[in-house]
Amino acid sequence: MAKKDFKTRWREYQNKREVKKAQFSRSINRSKGGDVGIFIMLAIVAAVMVLPMVYAILQSLKPLNELFIFPPRFFVVNPTMKNYGDLFNLMNKSWVPFSRYLFNTIFISVTGTLGNVLFASYAAYAISKIKFPGRKFLFSMVVYSLMFHSTVTGITNFITMSFLGWVDTYFAVIVPAFCYTFGLYLMKQYMEMSVNDSVLESARLDGANENTIFWKIAMPMVKPAWITLIIFAFKDLWNMGSNLYIYSEQLKTFNYAISQIVTAGVARSGVSAAATVIMMIVPITVFIITQSNVITTMSASGMKD
Amino acid sequence: MAKEKAVIRNDISRFKWTLIEMKKNKVGYFMALPFFILFFIFVVVPVLLSLLLSFTTFNLLEWPKFVFMDNYIRLFLDDDVFIIAIKNTLKFAAITGPGSYLLSMMFAWFINELRPKIRSIVTLFFYAPSISGNVYLIWTLFFSSDQYGMVNAWGMKLGLLQEPVLWFQDKKYIFGLIVAVALWTSLGTSFLTFIAGFQVVDKTLYEAGAVDGVKNRWQELWYITLPTMRPQMMLGAILAITNSFGFGYVITALVGFPSPDYCAHTIMHHLSDYGDQRFEMGYASAIATLLFFMMIGANLLVTKLIRKVGT
Repeated sequence: MAKKDFKTRWREYQNKREVKKAQFSRSINRSKGGDVGIFIMLAIVAAVMVLPMVYAILQSLKPLNELFIFPPRFFVVNPTMKNYGDLFNLMNKSWVPFSRYLFNTIFISVTGTLGNVLFASYAAYAISKIKFPGRKFLFSMVVYSLMFHSTVTGITNFITMSFLGWVDTYFAVIVPAFCYTFGLYLMKQYMEMSVNDSVLESARLDGANENTIFWKIAMPMVKPAWITLIIFAFKDLWNMGSNLYIYSEQLKTFNYAISQIVTAGVARSGVSAAATVIMMIVPITVFIITQSNVITTMSASGMKD
Repeated sequence: MAKEKAVIRNDISRFKWTLIEMKKNKVGYFMALPFFILFFIFVVVPVLLSLLLSFTTFNLLEWPKFVFMDNYIRLFLDDDVFIIAIKNTLKFAAITGPGSYLLSMMFAWFINELRPKIRSIVTLFFYAPSISGNVYLIWTLFFSSDQYGMVNAWGMKLGLLQEPVLWFQDKKYIFGLIVAVALWTSLGTSFLTFIAGFQVVDKTLYEAGAVDGVKNRWQELWYITLPTMRPQMMLGAILAITNSFGFGYVITALVGFPSPDYCAHTIMHHLSDYGDQRFEMGYASAIATLLFFMMIGANLLVTKLIRKVGT
């Protein structure tokens, strides 16, 4: 290693001091006892939060004799992957092949998510960066739509769907996902915070049209927001079980198929645990990968009256 | 706002000015159009339609017949189950709404005290239940009605229980268990909003506060953090309230439908009973309209209260 000259060492020393200072300033007004108390409390509650998930994983690894032991044991002694194998066998024997359910869920999740990100980003860009009359009204409607749950519209949407002839098609599930309003809300708030108007203005002066500006300038700047939109839309679509507008077994989702197995009773408790683990592992993995982006986006999400 | 006012000229009317602005920025309409067409079809129209249909009887086959307020009168005077549903919904929302809000806020605050690396792991632990599909069904394993359920087995072994308790079938326990599971899954988007909100508070405010005599973390929270976090608190409240009215599907998954003696029957269940099963669309629309106004009302009330915090 080359010998460092005085200047770099001095700079390193100063950086270190700055870091120490920052750590010190975080600890103003913090008592030791409070820190410990908070830590203990968080540890206990966090344990309760993950307990069912851990139990699902352990349960899915238990061989049959351990599943029906009395009194039931929390931990697994001889872990086995047999339940997962059974799950796949069971699914292959079902009337509609397992791969079809999986395809449905992936197809619905991916197209619905992409459509939502695209439509919501376009609208969010227009509302936050183009000063057309009526944009405030449109946005306030979006905010009001956050104030009620989608069950309210579920029944009458059935009438709309049958009018459009979409009952029992993929459209009935995918297209309403395009106008998932929380996505637009987040994107608009984030664009307002992070996309600088003067950059857009200079691009406009250079003769770029709004579509180019949107793709070339705005979208790269709001990467955390569209990653967040992807995870929020995706987790909703992925977790969607039975749907009012879908009758055909061939169009139903993975989650629906799995919930059928889960409710089948005690005899299949190992298999159903395996199914639950598969269902939960996907959104959790997606969240782990995207977490820092999600937090960045949410920091802009506040509602400023 | 001030900028826009400055552009308004005296020689043209406001209406004309708006038209000019509309023409100048028409590309904005094109970009917002795809989203908002769908928004109108799948959100605005259904709400208005259910308001209209709530004054009719409609069975999807014949043309709706106008009956004025009959549906609403029937709801309140003739439908005992609906009164139970309203009571349950309000009770449930009144507990889980504020409950999940306060829990989200408290744990987000605690988590914010941790170092960044641990922070993101603990955040995951708390957030995971709300995104993991139907993992809440595991609670039915814990509280299974036979002796293979964890709670029954250990309760009996330790002598706390005489015989297996039918946790999710016994009226005594259902409500409490549902509330517990609901709270467990409720640290969702509003929780993330708070996590992010705590992180963006300007650190120099804390130093300034310490100089001005803020003595401990509680005072810091009350005098500095919460007032600067009001935008996040608003959004969090809206998400928590809306969520607290929408737990119906979790309840169905846990205790089945209909629940024993309607003890966990909410307006959502009543709605799907009449809408999806009996196809009395007029009556179901009346229920949906009431539910809509309840949710909007609760949200507007709470946001109004939060707006007052610190002013």
